[in-house]
Amino acid sequence: MKAVALECIGIGLAYGTNQVLRDITLKIEPGEFFALLGPSGSGKSTLLRLIAGFNQHNRGRLLVDGRDITGVPPHARNIGMVFQSYALWPHLSVYDNVAFGLVERRVARDETRRRVREALALVGLTDYAQRRPNQLSGGQQQRVALARTIVIEPQVLLLDEPLSNLDKKLREQMRLELKRLQRKLGITTIFVTHDQEEAMTTADRMAVLDGGVLQQVGSPRDLYDAPANRFVAEFVGSTNVLSGRGDPDRNIFVADGLGDLPLQSPGTGRAVSVRPHALTIAAVRDDRRVWFDGEVRESEFLGEFTRYAVQVGESVLTADTPHLSTTPIYPPGSRVQVGIDPAELRLLP
Amino acid sequence: MAATLDADAAPRIGARERLRRRLGASWRSFLVLGAISAFLLALLLIPVGTVFVTAFRDGDGSFTLGHFGTFFSTGLMRESFGNSLYVATASVFFASLIAVPLAYITVRFQFRGALLIQTLGILPLIMPPFVGAVAMQLIFGRSGAVNLLLDEHLGWSLPIMQGLTGVIFVQTLHYFPFILMNLIVALRAIDGAMEEAAQNLGARGWRLFARVVFPLAMPGYLAGAALVFVKVFDDLGTPLVLGQTNMLAPQAYLRITQVGLEDPLGYVISVIMIAFSILALWLSVRVMKGKDYSTLQKGGAGIAKRRLKPWESVLAYGCIVLVLLVVLSPHLGLLLLSFARMWSFSVLPDTWTLANYATVFQDSSGMMRNTLLYCGLAALIDVAIGIAIAYLILRTRIPGRQWLDFVASAAIAVPGIVLAIGYLRTFQTFELWGVPVTQTWILIMLAYSVRRLPYALRSCMAALQQINVSLEEAAEMLGASKWRSVRRIVIPLMAGGILAGFVSSFITAAVELSATILLVVKESQAPMSYGIYLYMQSVSGRGPGAALGVLLVLTVAVGTYLSHLLVERANKTLEHAR
Repeated sequence: MKAVALECIGIGLAYGTNQVLRDITLKIEPGEFFALLGPSGSGKSTLLRLIAGFNQHNRGRLLVDGRDITGVPPHARNIGMVFQSYALWPHLSVYDNVAFGLVERRVARDETRRRVREALALVGLTDYAQRRPNQLSGGQQQRVALARTIVIEPQVLLLDEPLSNLDKKLREQMRLELKRLQRKLGITTIFVTHDQEEAMTTADRMAVLDGGVLQQVGSPRDLYDAPANRFVAEFVGSTNVLSGRGDPDRNIFVADGLGDLPLQSPGTGRAVSVRPHALTIAAVRDDRRVWFDGEVRESEFLGEFTRYAVQVGESVLTADTPHLSTTPIYPPGSRVQVGIDPAELRLLP
Repeated sequence: MAATLDADAAPRIGARERLRRRLGASWRSFLVLGAISAFLLALLLIPVGTVFVTAFRDGDGSFTLGHFGTFFSTGLMRESFGNSLYVATASVFFASLIAVPLAYITVRFQFRGALLIQTLGILPLIMPPFVGAVAMQLIFGRSGAVNLLLDEHLGWSLPIMQGLTGVIFVQTLHYFPFILMNLIVALRAIDGAMEEAAQNLGARGWRLFARVVFPLAMPGYLAGAALVFVKVFDDLGTPLVLGQTNMLAPQAYLRITQVGLEDPLGYVISVIMIAFSILALWLSVRVMKGKDYSTLQKGGAGIAKRRLKPWESVLAYGCIVLVLLVVLSPHLGLLLLSFARMWSFSVLPDTWTLANYATVFQDSSGMMRNTLLYCGLAALIDVAIGIAIAYLILRTRIPGRQWLDFVASAAIAVPGIVLAIGYLRTFQTFELWGVPVTQTWILIMLAYSVRRLPYALRSCMAALQQINVSLEEAAEMLGASKWRSVRRIVIPLMAGGILAGFVSSFITAAVELSATILLVVKESQAPMSYGIYLYMQSVSGRGPGAALGVLLVLTVAVGTYLSHLLVERANKTLEHAR
């Protein structure tokens, strides 16, 4: 099967005056595992349904393998979608569910049988062909939905919140399985999620959406280490955002109510982001970091680390300190030193 | 990139797609919408409209209220109007007296009797009141079984089948299940926490019921009560069979059949009947608007059930058995009558025979065939339209879809006799193959389909509502066109609901009398319901009439049971389709 690219060019969608998607331009490479990440109402599911053909965009173009598929009805698109609710047909057996798309394509009976068997084998459900969907567990239903979609060899595979209906343990297992399956088939895959951890662990690249606007596209590491704006910084992982003003002449950032922070490279941003685990809580200062006096407001012991809320100047910073059995835990009210590693500071617009 | 240059332009789409977007639906949807609209226009709106126009039009065609003046200045009309109001109101009152305690007992207490009450609720519905009326007279009438016994042993009798009281008695027994069933559903939907909160604040016993439980179930009660009012107010068969013609529906019937199609008073009565039907239904919705208290959350517990103390148990069972006996009496009476050679002035029939059934099978097989034909066709039309309307409403944004639902459902507020009068008036000049349409059975069948459309429509809507849209989208995703996904996924999943709709349309059409009685012009066209009515007219015909009634009741009972099974099974399959 040839993997194809999918391209959104200036796509916009509005219902009346309500702009759901604005000017989405995005290229997904052949064979890529791509995540659409965003909070609810961000437009990520709308974009996915638009690619599937259930929503029609008002502006822009949608290309699959270089061909504009705008206006092509869903059934003629050859794009497969796995629904959040799985949408298995309760009146059909597992076998008939999987065979559905092949029947629609008038595939010969022998070949249908072979391909359904292959698809079921691929998801490890060979023995379940004659069962009804409601006789299967959630994880098994998920696999049937997957088998039903990949059996038609779609050009693009869409997954709508594929793991949200599973419990935590099953979710992690399915996550690995999905990834392995996608590698094996090499099919261009887009999945929608609101869970940044899910997106980061699974996707080759991801896009963050908010309010119908594309915020940033890149590898999970790009987005985590170099967030393009405040929203991405806060949505992908947790962070401290300090507002202020970058001063390129002195190569520092003047943080409101805190003071001067040295920068590694000059810039003029209006805010700076620093991850909680890049902050150090200590009793004494060293000279690798910039230090401030602080007072512990709250502490949460989480096992691997302790999360402190520390009052520094006028701001309250979140700091995660790795925990070993010999590490002290500072109770609320303790006076501590808060160290910031200048290499971990990210300027934001 | 060249591609980005025209990114601002609107996407290139075909003309058909542009049209689809502007109108919010495909041209096929419009075709279906148009066809259904034409059906409803021709067979519901225009006939009913004609009735209204005729009621307000003078001999020279100008608007007048004169006919209404005549109506209210005629003593007989005023009396009929008052009688109809009185009978409908009293029936609601007595039906409530039976239904409310029974509903409360079912929901509140844990005992086997609850199942009995459920059955009790269905029993009267499988027999139209006019069928049981004669049997009731034989049991409760002046010289009926009960009064003969009372007179013999106690020296007094109970004039319960006398005059209007008889109508009220029969109607109450037949229609209280509407209140019972609605109320039970409403009571079951109450969140137990509501009641616990009231108890926590000190309410208990009667006050707990009156201040918290019953008000919460009010929407269910009112829906049932309004339905009973409308059914009784519009009923033609029962007063006719009981000889109480000084009521609105019988007067309309007599006017049209004896004075003629031109007599305006028949139309005035029709307008008044529709007005009251609409008023009652509208009030029940209006009063409770925004007060849907069905608060039970998924997984939450309903109101607490408790065990009966022994003496309470005796009381409850006593109550139920008494009601059951009375409710079953028309059925029992009908059965006895169908096996009786003679039954009058005696507690039980004197001699037994199977001759009545022989007569019926000999003389009335045509009627049975007619019932099957008319009701089968009518129910087919109903489910076809029901599916189409449900799909248009729940799956498209086609303009006007709400109206379709509204108009189709409004058929429930049109009494059968009014629809029939409208048909006679509207189609009096139409001919089909040289025969006036009003002389053919087609109109009977179409009247059935229009009147029972709301039943099939509700069934289809409920069935489609339970099917998650993504089930269809998944089919489209896998290469099925819209029509194919409807055929392969939606219709099979709706099958249970569709069948249940078919059955309920069929059985309610089978017992319909008020439109039938006006539209049947010769005996060869008569369905079973009309046949029963004819037989019951003469004393010698009662036996065969009862036999035919028993057959009809059996058909309806089996049908009801079947549709119940179908719904249960469909719900089971659909648990995973939501």
